[in-house]
Amino acid sequence: MSGYRSPADRAGRAVLIGFCALVFAFLVLPILAVVPLSFNPSAFLVFPESGLSLRWYRSLADSPHWTRALINSLSVASVTTLIATPLGTLAAIGLSAMRSRAKPMIVALLTAPMVVPVVVVAIAIYFLFAPLGLVNSFTGLVIAHTVLALPFVVIVVHAALQGFDYELLRAASSLGARPATALLRVLAPLIAPGIGAGAVFAFMTSFDEAVIALFIAGPEQKTLPMQMFEGVREQISPAITAAATLLVIASTLLLGTAELLRRRSDRLRTGRS
Amino acid sequence: MPGSRAEPAARAARVRPRWWIVALVAPLLIFLIATFVLPVVMMLSRGVSDPELPQSWPRAAVALRQWDGAGLPSDALARTVAGDIVAARRAGTLNRVANRLNYDRVGSRSLLYLTSARLAAGAKVGGLSDLAAIDPRWRDRAYWGAMRHAAGPSTSFYLLAALDRRIDADGRLTKVPADQAVFVDILLRTFKISAVVALLCAALGYPVAYLLASLPDRKANPLLILVLLPFWTSALVRTTAWVVLLQTNGVVNGLLEGIGLIDAPRQLLYNRVGVYIAMTHVLLPFFILPLYGVMKGIQPSAMRAASSLGAPPLTAFARVYLPQTLPGVMAGAIIVFTLALGYYLTPALVGGGADQMISGSIAFYTNQSLNWGMAAALSLLLLLPLTLMLFAGRTLARTVPA
Repeated sequence: MSGYRSPADRAGRAVLIGFCALVFAFLVLPILAVVPLSFNPSAFLVFPESGLSLRWYRSLADSPHWTRALINSLSVASVTTLIATPLGTLAAIGLSAMRSRAKPMIVALLTAPMVVPVVVVAIAIYFLFAPLGLVNSFTGLVIAHTVLALPFVVIVVHAALQGFDYELLRAASSLGARPATALLRVLAPLIAPGIGAGAVFAFMTSFDEAVIALFIAGPEQKTLPMQMFEGVREQISPAITAAATLLVIASTLLLGTAELLRRRSDRLRTGRS
Repeated sequence: MPGSRAEPAARAARVRPRWWIVALVAPLLIFLIATFVLPVVMMLSRGVSDPELPQSWPRAAVALRQWDGAGLPSDALARTVAGDIVAARRAGTLNRVANRLNYDRVGSRSLLYLTSARLAAGAKVGGLSDLAAIDPRWRDRAYWGAMRHAAGPSTSFYLLAALDRRIDADGRLTKVPADQAVFVDILLRTFKISAVVALLCAALGYPVAYLLASLPDRKANPLLILVLLPFWTSALVRTTAWVVLLQTNGVVNGLLEGIGLIDAPRQLLYNRVGVYIAMTHVLLPFFILPLYGVMKGIQPSAMRAASSLGAPPLTAFARVYLPQTLPGVMAGAIIVFTLALGYYLTPALVGGGADQMISGSIAFYTNQSLNWGMAAALSLLLLLPLTLMLFAGRTLARTVPA
């Protein structure tokens, strides 16, 4: 779409680009703005800054609340990933080989936790867990986060399996490989980037999740997002901007990685290098 | 050739799912049914079930259900209720009935506690007049109506309450008093906020998706990162960023003052402006990305053909390009609207009291007032339009040729 003829076209294009530049600024600047604010030595969240300081990062590291929350978040997200990734991967393999009429129903069921508002999921799980004594427990939080993380794992791994040639498995078994061996040595390497991307999505889903945690985690399981929510609600301190900066960096790195893995798995399955 | 290799296997699978496929999918299905499907169904059913009174007053519940509700109850019914009050007090379940009745008729709790204390002190009830001697409110049909409504096993009470309606002592559907009618306002507000956010996303997102789709990949990919970065960053972090930026002495107010647009800091937080800004920011990538996908699939040759036939650019855009993008616009708008309907964090952090959405009420009834029936009824009301929207979206996607 190049080669504009009239000046009016060119003016229209300039207006479009100008408008889009503003929208891009709106999308990105608020996220980037917290980064310099977090290096501000003063207790006021204002530009221009009076200097550079790691004061607020130190206050995070020194605060037992924040370090405890970080440890909780990391452990809940790790266990969630360890459960959701194999469960989701196996199901995705099964689904991709399935030609049954039940398949669309299973897919709809799977994606439902992404569609149903998280508040509704949260109270449903709360009502279930309350009589079972799972509210305010690590186990309860992990189960709930696994529900949210599973759809991501299944969708990403399922996409990686699109076009996988199941003849390869037959070939492996004709050469004497047992089914488990064929899955592990033939199928798994081919979809490894997809599984990796699914695992990263599962980890981030749990690590970023706030609403369910607010409903069913107790003070002992307080996660980073919960700590942040309370911090923003009660009184904004520059320490919040330091925490936000760390989370922005973490999610950008992790989800950037997931995106690269996903593209790599796209290339693997379409056979282009 | 393509597809032929899967044919025999596929045919076999259509006949009978192979055991290993079932074995692979079953763990996930069992997990999701136990932790998601059953809890959601059980929770929603709480919005129409009414277990407190029947569980605590089994005999009275049966009698209340048989009573026609006209006039005042018989002496036999009064004796049954009094008997169950004594039994429930002994079993420690009277407070649950009292709380439930108080949702319907304020004052029921004090009436029951006072009556149970007098019955425990030895008051005998032979008929209605004995109850009325304990407290004259027993002659008020409104309290008996509340008991009859609560006699279970199912109830429309919570759903009606969520629509600011109730059934009065005479069995008529009426509006609740204006000072208690809050839910219709909250529902309408939730719809309005979601619709405005969807419109804002469309207005801001359409040109961006168009620009991205019209650029060669080499130029579009770096720009796409600008959309993906917020998409990857959690909504909580982004809402936090807005709280920091929109404060009275925050960056945005400083900037606006600096360029002379305003003289004094404006209130941008804890009001509707803040909610619109932050929610649009959070949801905008959900509009741009699907629309970008649709636009990438549109053949540029159609536009070239239109202009070679003499259509001015705007005409070609309006008559050739725009109609082809409408399914993408609808898809993006439906995604944004439905996500906005259920949003909790952003209104809770950025909005004031008059900007809370239905999710905030659900949280309140779950955590603070512990009125789970009300929380469930509100969830049901939230899921209903959402299901309709998604269904409409899918029907639309099927009828519009791709």
